[in-house]
Order: sequence, then structure tokens, then C-alpha cells
Amino acid sequence: MKDLRTISVTVNGTPYSREVETRRTLADFLRLDLKLTGTHLGCEHGACGACTVRVEGEAVRSCLMLAVQTNGKSVATVEGLAKDGKLTPMQNQFWEKHGLQCGFCTPGILMTMTEFLEENPDPTESEVRDALSGNICRCTGYQAIVDAVLATAAQARGEQ
Amino acid sequence: MKPSPFTYHAPTTTAELTELLGTLDDVRIIAGGQSLMPMMNFRFVQPGHLIDLNTVGGLAYVDVQRDFIEIGASTRQRFLQRSQDIAKHMPIVGEALSHVGHRQTRARGTIGGSLCHFDPSAELVNMAALHDAVLTLTSVDGDRSISFGEFGLGFLTTSVQPNEFLRSVRLARWPEGHGYGFEEFAMRHGDFAICAVSCLMTLDDRGAIDRLAVAVSGVSETPVRLTEMEGRLRGTMPDAGTATDLAAAAGDIEAMSDAYITSDYRSHLARVITRRAFTKATERADQRVRA
Repeated sequence: MKDLRTISVTVNGTPYSREVETRRTLADFLRLDLKLTGTHLGCEHGACGACTVRVEGEAVRSCLMLAVQTNGKSVATVEGLAKDGKLTPMQNQFWEKHGLQCGFCTPGILMTMTEFLEENPDPTESEVRDALSGNICRCTGYQAIVDAVLATAAQARGEQ
Repeated sequence: MKPSPFTYHAPTTTAELTELLGTLDDVRIIAGGQSLMPMMNFRFVQPGHLIDLNTVGGLAYVDVQRDFIEIGASTRQRFLQRSQDIAKHMPIVGEALSHVGHRQTRARGTIGGSLCHFDPSAELVNMAALHDAVLTLTSVDGDRSISFGEFGLGFLTTSVQPNEFLRSVRLARWPEGHGYGFEEFAMRHGDFAICAVSCLMTLDDRGAIDRLAVAVSGVSETPVRLTEMEGRLRGTMPDAGTATDLAAAAGDIEAMSDAYITSDYRSHLARVITRRAFTKATERADQRVRA
């Protein structure tokens, strides 16, 4: 009695076609069906932000979307950030500024803040903190995360 | 933590949608999914059929008319936040939206979804109460329009019938130059408000209150308009005494109590936040009058 649909989704530029159960969340589709386990699942009810990915460019909670809802759409996950082993400037700044400890929340934060800086390339610290408010880091590393995001923005503006 | 099985439907027109609603039982409509998906993941809700509103065309728009702004039910919160029309004609809505969840949830969450979920502390539910919303519900039998008072029945409960969906909402426009203030208190920014208060105001050429609207959320099972006080304060100067009268009225609303927040504390917050919202609206209205 499984309700199945065949969906076509482009993830990090690669087209996939898969049969999925309609109750499959996007997060589980990425992790279990496509084996893209860089997207982490913390709370599975939209509170922690760890599972944030980008759908059609917008940062969204992948635990609060069904895989079937991404049919015909493009999805970007943390695996798509680094190209040929070369980290993005933001990933490098997270490394430099110690913007992660255990790393569990990092994929969601990178996806959120990458989108945020595209929208707001010259943010204040307060704006960074507001944009970060939907991502929980339980290592309490927010200060270093904020530093990393501000440094990324400054670097992109040629100030560093 | 995973939804229970359901049959998924993705209609592309409102005709297909109403046809499905008219024939299926045990249905939930999913809009942005930012409230329904958590409830399904927790299995608080286990619908037999899930109908996706996202595939239905023509339900996401902002249409500015002379007396009201009509907003399509599928309009995303983020779209409203970025809308120049909303910023220009209804700036309080943008202010309220900054308290709704987080950027990732606003990217998906819709105004129709917020209204139909009808959480008593939700900011968009407050906006509907404040702006004397008129809601259009559609079924195979056609459209019917109802007032906000007829729409919201209580905690997570509306008068939308099983064969209907919310198509659009009309929010009454206020004159250019009106004062506005939205204030809320939550444990953390983006959390559900313990109390939220919105205030709209116009002043006459003496600087006295010409028109006033105040909506208090989070205290009762639906937002409460301070209707009696809105009328009584007409013609008075918006000073500290007026603010105190208004705050007292907010504090007199019979307040809910739960394991975390006592009714006394809610009433206290209602008084404090009402004063702040009123003061902010006064300052903004004042500036415009003097300008």
C-alpha cells in the first residue's frame, strides 16, 4: 500500500531520477536514497536547522519538505560547496576562525549563511546573528561562527 | 519522527483541488508545511490524504486595492517581507514577519498556512485580527467570504469546512502616514510569542487620536481586539494616561495559563507590551503629522 512517485531532482548539478514513497522527507531522500549524508538531521521538526539545504536557491529545512515536492527542482547541499577538493571562502573562514567544534550543525549553517551573504554581502554583526538564529549550535560556538561569516564577507569585499 | 503513510495529491488548478476536497475524506492540505510537517513527523497528525497546495497555480500574489490589500493564500512569508507594496502600504506586516520563525522557515511558510493553522500567538493571525481581515474560502460550490471573527474559532481551530480551502485574505488598508507598532515577548527571538501586541493609529490635525486599532495575541485562544477602548479613546490625546488606560484594558483580558507561563504573568506582559506598541505607534504617527 505504499504511495510511490517517480521524481526527477537535480542535486548539486547532478540529475537524479528515483522512485520514492511520498511520505519520504527531502532530508531522508538525500541521506538514505542518494547517500548524501553531509546533510545532518538533528530534531526532525524544524527547530535546529542542521538539515538546511537550498531548494531553487532558497535555504529551507529539508526535514519539513517532502522529497516529492522537489520534483523538477534543483537542490544544493553541503557536498556541492567545495569544488575539486577546494573549500569555498566561507568554509576556509570556518576553518581559520574555529567556526566549528563537533561539526554537526555546520552543514546547515554553511548553507544558510552562504545564501545570506549572497543576499546581504555587507552585513552587520547583528544581521549575521539574526540570520543565524534558525541554526542551533550546541557546542556554543556562535561567536566564532559570526566571526567566520563576517570575515568571509569582508574577504569577498576585498577588505582582507 | 517520520510521517505516517498517506496518499499524496498534487492538483495544478483550483478546480482540481476543490474536486479532491469534495470527494476525499481524512484530508489535510499542505501549504508551506512549516507547522503541518512537524505535526506529521511527530504523528500528532496522520492524514489519509495529503493535498499539496504548492502545485496549484495562481495562489501567490499581493494585490493592492484602494481599501484593502488582497494576498493569495500561498504567498510565502519571505515574499511578503520583501514586497515593496507591503513595505509601503502596510509596514507593520513586515515588522510582524521579522518575528515569524527564521529565514529558512519564512522561505517556505505561507500566510494562508499560518492563518489556517491558527496558533493563537502567531504573528500573521494577529495581523489578520488587526486589519479586520476578510477571508475567501472556496469549494466546489464557489467562493464565500467571511470576517476574521467568523474564521477563527479557537486554539488551532477555524471554521474552514472539510470541502473548502482558504484562497485569499484581504487586509484593510490604513491611510498613508498612519502610526504603527508591533511588539512581542518570546523566550527567544523566533519562538512563539508569549504575548504580542499590534497597534495602528491615525491622528487628527490637533494630534488627537482619530482612529485606533489594537490586537493582543497569546493571551487568549484567539487574538483579542480592544474594541471598546479603541472607540472610547477616539478624540483623546495619545499621552501617558491614554497608554495606561489601554494597557489596563489589555491586562483585563482573561489570560490562559500553562505549565510554563501563569495567567498573571501573561496579563502583566499584555499590559507592558500594549503600552510599548501604543507608544511606538504614537511616535510614528506624531512624526508624520508634524512633518
